[in-house]
Formats: sequence, structure tokens, C-alpha cells
Amino acid sequence: MLSVLALTSVVLLGIASQTTAIVVYTSWERHALVGSDVRLSCSFFSWQWTSPDVTFSWHYRPDGARDSVAIFHYGGGAPYVDNKGPFRDRLEFVGNPSRRDGSILIKNVDFGDNGTFTCDAKNPPDIAGRPSSVRLLVFEKVPVQAGVITGAIIGVVLGLLILVVAIYYLMRFLVARRVFSLSMSKHGKKGKGKEGSQQKQAKTESSPGVHLLLTTCLAFHSLLFSSSLL
Amino acid sequence: MLAILLATLVLHLTDLIILFVSTCANAWRRHGDASYDLWYDCTQNNGGYHCRGTSDADWLQAVQALMVLATIFCLISFIIFLCQLFTLVKGGRFFFTAVFQVLASLFVMSGAIIYTVMSPGWKDDSENYGYAFVLAWLAFPLTLISGFIYIVLRKKE
Repeated sequence: MLSVLALTSVVLLGIASQTTAIVVYTSWERHALVGSDVRLSCSFFSWQWTSPDVTFSWHYRPDGARDSVAIFHYGGGAPYVDNKGPFRDRLEFVGNPSRRDGSILIKNVDFGDNGTFTCDAKNPPDIAGRPSSVRLLVFEKVPVQAGVITGAIIGVVLGLLILVVAIYYLMRFLVARRVFSLSMSKHGKKGKGKEGSQQKQAKTESSPGVHLLLTTCLAFHSLLFSSSLL
Repeated sequence: MLAILLATLVLHLTDLIILFVSTCANAWRRHGDASYDLWYDCTQNNGGYHCRGTSDADWLQAVQALMVLATIFCLISFIIFLCQLFTLVKGGRFFFTAVFQVLASLFVMSGAIIYTVMSPGWKDDSENYGYAFVLAWLAFPLTLISGFIYIVLRKKE
């Protein structure tokens, strides 16, 4: 049974490695503030082992332009950064090719860096694949991400709703418990009133206060109850 | 009594459906073949849709939140109405239902007003408001009327 499973998986792997191409991953969009450093990440998935001849190449196409220029190439084990184009002295290779990471760092971005960066990775013999692009958007002030305000408003309103409902039920519960305990103690005092004049005196001193408290609590409770029926 | 109850139920369900369609359909503004807001900017060309997420404008996110909240509150009021129908004492009023329905109407009113005021001006004559926008404005008086009916309605038998 185990050998059959092993055989099937090896066969499937063999088939898959010949039918699946290399898949390159980058972010979809990157937002950056003027003057900041932005790291563009690029990684790939391949059925083959990472070859020592793995290559990464980055191209840049400004917004509105038709052609793209090459700005970075990693091949033969060494990175080659742009030294003539728009990113000279601003580009740095921060990836780790043996871990399939071909990320670059662009320092001190400006509005002229708005555009599309395309990463193409090749892992011989797995070379058939589609490059992936990431759009760079440079802002003076980073706008609020989509959905943050939406989620905040919805969360606050629903939270307030739950809070109001919880407080309402808590008040009802507390008042009911207070009325219950007071009525029980009042009945208890009436039952034991004949034993001991000292106890009786202490009780008569405090009984008007207890009466007042009891009536106010009852009134409050009935008010809450009638308002819930409304 | 039964006729009034059924009519109220139908009105509430209509409100719920209108709110759902207005919130989820992506047709608050139309420009020829393209439909914009509330969630995507979609253009139709060569028989296929090409959609992008809408801009991150603050007011648009507020409108999204208000429409979603209005739909949620209308749904909650419907559930509370069904509960109160069976648990209310004779002669009682559907107060909780009315509160949630009126709140839903206020939310949809705020959302529609914010969208009307803040949406960018027309670029040309072929751009106009879509059906979801009309539904949102329609939902506001309907939910308000429904809420007032619940304040007045009394449970009999």
C-alpha cells in the first residue's frame, strides 16, 4: 500500500514538473511616501530545485510610457544594478536567490518613480513562465487604505448597539435582584420581630429608610418593565 | 388585522430587498457602458467586464459603511418584529422594531445625501446616476414610513 502511494506520488510529480511552468509572485501595488525607501519583493514557485543558474531581472516602465527599461539583473551568482538609468545609485539588491527571493530596494523615491516594475525569474531548466508586475504609487501623504474607514464606522456602531443592549439587560437584572433581596429581607425581619427588643429597635430605626429604598426600586423596576412593553 | 399585518410584512420585506440590492449592486453612477461605485469601477468592453477597486476616498467609504449598516439594521428589525409578534402582550406596541427601522432609514438617508453631495460632477452628458442610487433614495422614505407604522401598530387578539 505504501509503495503504491509512493509510486503514484513520484509519477504525479514527474508529470507535474513537466506541465507546470515557473510562477513568479510580486505584490499587486505598493504605496510609498515621497523620500522613503520601498522594497519590491519578488519570489517564485518552481517544481525544480533552486538551480545555481537562477536569474532575476527587473524592468521598469514609467506611467504613460510604452517601453520598459531594464534596471536590475541577477545572474551567474552576482547582482548587476542599474548604473545609467533612472535608478542609478538608488537601487540595492536585498534578496536571497538561494531562498528564491529576488527583492530590490529603491531608496528615496520621488514622483518620477511612479510606474510598473516587472520581475522575471528563471530557474533552469524551468524557464517557461510569465513575469509578474507591481505598481508603485508615490504619495505626498499616504491615503487611508480602502475599507479602513468603512470597517471602523461599522464596528463602532455595532459595538455601541451591543453595549446599549448589554447595559439595558444588566440594569434590569440588577434592579430585579435588588428588589428580590430587599423583599426577602423585609419578610425575614417581620418573621423574627418577636425575638429580642434590641433587634426590634435597630430594625425600627432603619425600617423607614428600607421602605423608601424598596418603593423607589419598585417604581424604577416597573418603569423599566413598562418601557420595554411600549 | 391580518391584512394590516401582511401589508406591513410585505413593506418591510420590500425595504430589505431594496436595501440589499442598492448596497450590493455596483451601479450608483453610469457612464455609457461603464458602471461606478459603490465597490468597483467596472467598464465593459468586447463582451467582458474589467473592474478595478474604487478610489480610497473617505466619503465613499463612509457611504459604504452607512449602506451596510442600514441593511443590517433593517434585517435586525425584521427579526425583532417576528420575535415581538409572538412574545408581545396584548395591546403592546412594536417599539423595538420601530427603533431599528427608523435608525436604518436615517443611515440610508445619510449615505444617500453624502453620495449626492460628494460625488464628482458630470464629465459629459452621457454620465448619469444608476439604478442603485435611485433605489437608495427610494429606500429612505419607505423605511421611514415602515418605522412609523410600527410605532402606531398595536398587537390585538
